[in-house]
Amino acid sequence: MIDVLYFAWVRERIGLPREQVETEAGTVAALVDELRGREERYALAFSDLSALRVAVDQDLTDFDASLEGVREVAFFPPMTGG
Amino acid sequence: MRIVVQEHAFDPGAEVNAFAAGRSDMGAIVTFSGVVRDDPSNPLQEMMIEHYPGMTEKALEQIATEAQARWSLSDVLVIHRFGRLRPGEQIMMVATAARHRKDAFEAAEYLMDYLKSRAPFWKKEQAASGAGWVAARDEDEDALTRW
Repeated sequence: MIDVLYFAWVRERIGLPREQVETEAGTVAALVDELRGREERYALAFSDLSALRVAVDQDLTDFDASLEGVREVAFFPPMTGG
Repeated sequence: MRIVVQEHAFDPGAEVNAFAAGRSDMGAIVTFSGVVRDDPSNPLQEMMIEHYPGMTEKALEQIATEAQARWSLSDVLVIHRFGRLRPGEQIMMVATAARHRKDAFEAAEYLMDYLKSRAPFWKKEQAASGAGWVAARDEDEDALTRW
């Protein structure tokens, strides 16, 4: 079971800030494929991965990152701090 | 090092005074404040800042730790707000202190460059024309390459 978090317009498109996902996905990309297959709102949110960033256990990483032993995955648009 | 992520407003003057209080090793203190900017052609009602609790503090600490490794700094302060802000309100500030100004200036610029595109904050503007998420700018990402 992995906690999946969504922020900013990703959260708005999917319609929730976080959820628990039962998955056997080995990488972030495989998890994204699973989520895309669920419902149209997920497919829309994940339609262009170049517009998204991902953090695994609160560290920024890439979509090919492994999910082994991971507790938390977050998807969000490029950050705009400052 | 002091990293603060908070919803309520802060007083930058009071913060920098507290940052320097009792310190005689700070020969130079540089501060930067980010303020919610209005747009007269499309008046801004409010800015909503969302963040990723937990990762935000971790990312800011990593950025500040890296600044301390690259420059000779006496201390670093980062304050960043989240929640609803109105035009003219302070969003965030950084202060860097060093024995000499070059370290303090460069470290402050470094902190701001990284904070812009590596700290998990997102801004949504509610303006006269409607609401929208502020898009990240390519220049902000490109700015990281100079370090």
